[in-house]
Amino acid sequence: MSKLTPTPGQTVGPFYGYALPYAKDRELLAPGSAGSVRLQGTVYDGAGNPVPDAILEIWQADAEGKVPQHTGSLVRDGYTFTGFGRSAVGNTGVFTFTTVNPGPTAPGAAPFIAVVVFARGLMNRLFTRVYLPENEEALAADPLLASLDPERRRTLIARRDPDGGLSWDIRLQGEDETVFLDFEGAGPAGAGAGDAR
Amino acid sequence: MPEEINLEIFNADPLTEDVSDAAPEGASKPAAKQVPALDTAAESQQILSDEMTALGDAYAQALRNGAPAEIQPRLDYPPYRSSILRHPTKSLQHADPETIELYSPAFGHMDVHALESDLTIQHNGEPLGERIIVSGRVLDGDGRPVAGQLVEIWQANSSGRYIHKRDQHPAPLDPNFTGVGRCITGADGSYSFTTIKPGAYPWKNHLNAWRPAHIHFSLFGQEFTQRIVTQMYFPGDPLFALDPIYQSIVDQDARDRLVATYNHDQTKPEWALAYNWDIVLTGSKRTWTENEALGADGEQSE
Repeated sequence: MSKLTPTPGQTVGPFYGYALPYAKDRELLAPGSAGSVRLQGTVYDGAGNPVPDAILEIWQADAEGKVPQHTGSLVRDGYTFTGFGRSAVGNTGVFTFTTVNPGPTAPGAAPFIAVVVFARGLMNRLFTRVYLPENEEALAADPLLASLDPERRRTLIARRDPDGGLSWDIRLQGEDETVFLDFEGAGPAGAGAGDAR
Repeated sequence: MPEEINLEIFNADPLTEDVSDAAPEGASKPAAKQVPALDTAAESQQILSDEMTALGDAYAQALRNGAPAEIQPRLDYPPYRSSILRHPTKSLQHADPETIELYSPAFGHMDVHALESDLTIQHNGEPLGERIIVSGRVLDGDGRPVAGQLVEIWQANSSGRYIHKRDQHPAPLDPNFTGVGRCITGADGSYSFTTIKPGAYPWKNHLNAWRPAHIHFSLFGQEFTQRIVTQMYFPGDPLFALDPIYQSIVDQDARDRLVATYNHDQTKPEWALAYNWDIVLTGSKRTWTENEALGADGEQSE
């Protein structure tokens, strides 16, 4: 089959406010309901300042590790777990989701939540993952984590708070810069079909 | 769709905040520099254009030396000042997509009402400006239609003004235009929006910085790895050469992929001009089942 060249991305800009956020966008299930956990963090720029105009999306398996394929993420009936959420950060760069701990999608796999980051000043979306901190064995066996040195690896692993919530910050640049992913090329960044530079 | 919007709050006093925040506070700015009241950025277009030309020339030279064509914007593109502290400096890490990343969130007609694709009927009256129809198809990198997926758009009004407290430039808001639309693609990947042609928008990246007229598009594929947000432009815009966001894609062929085509055959007499724009997502990483390959309707679970 002939390959088409992908359309380039562009920055989300600052004015997505009436378009992308929607009611209960960050509540994959109702806060406080059985099994719900908070995923919270701050998006920082290269100077260590919070980024007040970023918007994040998460996409994950349910607690049993099944990939949801239910529609209704935009209308939230309160019962259907669709696995998708969206959270614009506030003035202090903080995003918050209410979700469940994803289960492993295969036996022994390290559970993680897929994340995509958009921001004013960010030319193209960035993909990343946030792993649950438990199950050291599964984390050690994870192919992506195994490909990273320890300093970088820890940017992808959430911290478990005493109340069961997950804390995980995103650093777009600088020391402790979050590991962002390229799914396209097998070579160094820039050689990939989808993400030159 | 947002609830009723109170335009009063957007007509407050202009913010003194500079939307382009790239120059860190305390950076060596001449103390007594005169700045225009409504445009606090002081760098001239010439400074920016020179930087963009230099980057473009270097890219052309690299191409001649055999470098591969760049098909995405540069994350590190200093002429867009706000990108300076917001781009990763380390290489993106190659990852083979795992199970969850090989599927996409499912959206359907439960999520989006058919009328949401018409941005001109969201209020009591008709918005001002040039009515247009923007349509096309969403395809994956193998040319397969992306069926039953969510497309979201947002844009400035015909005067170039967004409804947003940080857009306070002296152009009128239109009480009959929010500038937000959604649709679900058809079985052939098709989408269509009826809207108003957006105006150029001044954005303070530098002195006299104007964005070419554009519509923001947000797209999902059949796999999470295909997620993209981008902007559609209009053909022949004189601001292309001056705009660091458009120019952050250094390859002309790649830039051209963001520019719609005027279609006179689809233009409706006495009604609306028609533009076409097809969007290609990255290639599929998943081995498709036969049913998927034949085109799912995207509504399996409803």
